[in-house]
Amino acid sequence: MHNHRERDSRDGSSVSKTAGRAAIEIRDLTVAYQQKPVLWDVDMDVPEQVLMAIVGPNGAGKTTLIKSIIGLVRPVAGQVMVHGKGYGEQRRLVAYVPQRGSVDWDFPTDVLDVVLMGRYGALGWIRRPGKHDRDLALQALDKVGMVDYATRQISQLSGGQQQRVFLARALVQDAQIYLMDEPFQGVDATTERAIVTLLQELRGAGRTVLVVHHDLQTVPDYFDSVTLLNVRLIASGPVREVFTEPNLRLTYGGRVAFLYRDNEDTPDTSATPTIQAAGAALDS
Amino acid sequence: MDDIFTDYTLRTVALGAGTLGIVSGALGSYAVLRKQSLLGDALSHAALPGVALAFILTGSKGQFVLMLGAAIAGWIATLFVAQIVRHTRIKQDSALGLVLSVFFGFGLMLLTFIQQRADASQAGLDRFLFGQAAALLESDVITMAAVGGLAIALMLIFWKELKLLSFDPDFAVTIGFPVRALDILLTTLLVIAIVVGLQTVGVVLMSAMVVAPAVAARQWTDKLAVMVGAAAFFGAISGVVGAYISSREENLPTGPAIVICITCIALLSLALAPNRGLVWSRVRQWRNAHGLRSDAVLADLLALAQQHDEAQHGHSVEVLTAMRPEQGGVARTLRQLADQGFAVSNNAGEWSLTHAGLAEAKRVTSSGQETS
Repeated sequence: MHNHRERDSRDGSSVSKTAGRAAIEIRDLTVAYQQKPVLWDVDMDVPEQVLMAIVGPNGAGKTTLIKSIIGLVRPVAGQVMVHGKGYGEQRRLVAYVPQRGSVDWDFPTDVLDVVLMGRYGALGWIRRPGKHDRDLALQALDKVGMVDYATRQISQLSGGQQQRVFLARALVQDAQIYLMDEPFQGVDATTERAIVTLLQELRGAGRTVLVVHHDLQTVPDYFDSVTLLNVRLIASGPVREVFTEPNLRLTYGGRVAFLYRDNEDTPDTSATPTIQAAGAALDS
Repeated sequence: MDDIFTDYTLRTVALGAGTLGIVSGALGSYAVLRKQSLLGDALSHAALPGVALAFILTGSKGQFVLMLGAAIAGWIATLFVAQIVRHTRIKQDSALGLVLSVFFGFGLMLLTFIQQRADASQAGLDRFLFGQAAALLESDVITMAAVGGLAIALMLIFWKELKLLSFDPDFAVTIGFPVRALDILLTTLLVIAIVVGLQTVGVVLMSAMVVAPAVAARQWTDKLAVMVGAAAFFGAISGVVGAYISSREENLPTGPAIVICITCIALLSLALAPNRGLVWSRVRQWRNAHGLRSDAVLADLLALAQQHDEAQHGHSVEVLTAMRPEQGGVARTLRQLADQGFAVSNNAGEWSLTHAGLAEAKRVTSSGQETS
């Protein structure tokens, strides 16, 4: 309850930027594995139509935050609302892209079949995907540049291709909110660019995108909003307001080295920090 | 094997064994894909006290009664495993091993107790240890086919859901499928598959019928539907052949005979299947290594030719070997290149590139740069 005042002021700052309603509201969220707290009293809003990075050191609870939004992790306390209701009522509005390594890619199936799984929620029980679903899946594969791989066995894909297949599966869900857990992990620079462009298109089409991200360098380029997390919430909001040296220091401890450069784009603000994370941005 | 069609007993036995092979092969595929092979082992061993208790309580040796007892015991065993994993620090595999041996030990104790009773009706329960297909009656086979058919039908009805559960359970949760319930469904189907085969194969070896057909089938295909079908087919074949062998030999229990058949199929599949088979992957490895070796020698010949500004300048095997000290077989590779028309040797035993070899070497070196 004590942070409601803070939260209100945060709401105020995001109103100026977006339509104003929160896509996701997180209240007093605490998650613990065994006795160890992973998220502690996190209180934040994700406004609609943002492309937001969640950053923080290893073990900061980034993945847990995403998983507790979609009910994969049961919180000790607190609640999460998606467009004002519990996730159970709103799951059709949300698409989740898990970490690539969370499944066995040696499973006997092909690319199109995995993408079709994105339609299973809409299909409901027992009904099998039909031609319409296949068309949607092929369109999604086309968007991620993988349509030629539709019949490819999934064990033959590279890391970047696996990631794009997962992305296509989420696109097929045609959701309002996309939650992605490290979509750039282990993908090459070209794929990373392609994925970022796609995420920005989604945001442009009015969708809300929340991404667990590791590379602090690219945060200002890729995202418009950022959440800094280290078990507790450090800050959450537009990149140019909250992606500051003091906040990063709070998030990463003393492990971040800062290199300042003059910023030509926004001469009114004080220099934008270019960050070199010493060890902090290396993923586990 | 004409007798299968004429000999009534043998036909019954073969039908029963084939049925169990189909059911355990198909449903075992999911256990293998979900890396739950040990679950089948625990479930089948745990069924023994269920069979014994069902007999003690009802005094009946009817197939359905004993199957029900086995299924309930298998079920209780999975509950124990789940509770142990949840409330202690013991991991899944240890919990399975623990439950397996405790239930099996208890079952053996009950079996001994039953056999010591003066009652003549007890005879034959020990066939549940190693299986005795010869004891199958036509009514038993009908029960097996009905129960197994129900399990297969449920698997087909919930095909999409079970595939999703096996591939990406977290994703299944997020799109609203009750993963816990699906997990219970799949485990129940596996329990049914095991119970169907118990009398024929026995509790000790039944887990092989869950794992081996699926492992064999996986080698031949990359499609789930084909894998499940092939596993059912392999299971059926080994069931029928094993039952036949055991019926020809006095005192050869059916379980071991069937398991030897499916083991042979699995070993052959592991060795010979295209793509995944060990033999073919060795051949592929050798071809790749060989291809790389000849590419390397071609590149060396090209480099030497460019140093000397003339393609026909010959070089001894020793020079070429010295360029790749870590790599043997240069002389043999040169001879193979000569067979392909890429290299020639002069009277002094010195090697150079042919015209075709020059083009090939340039292709090899330039494609090497692109990929690096």
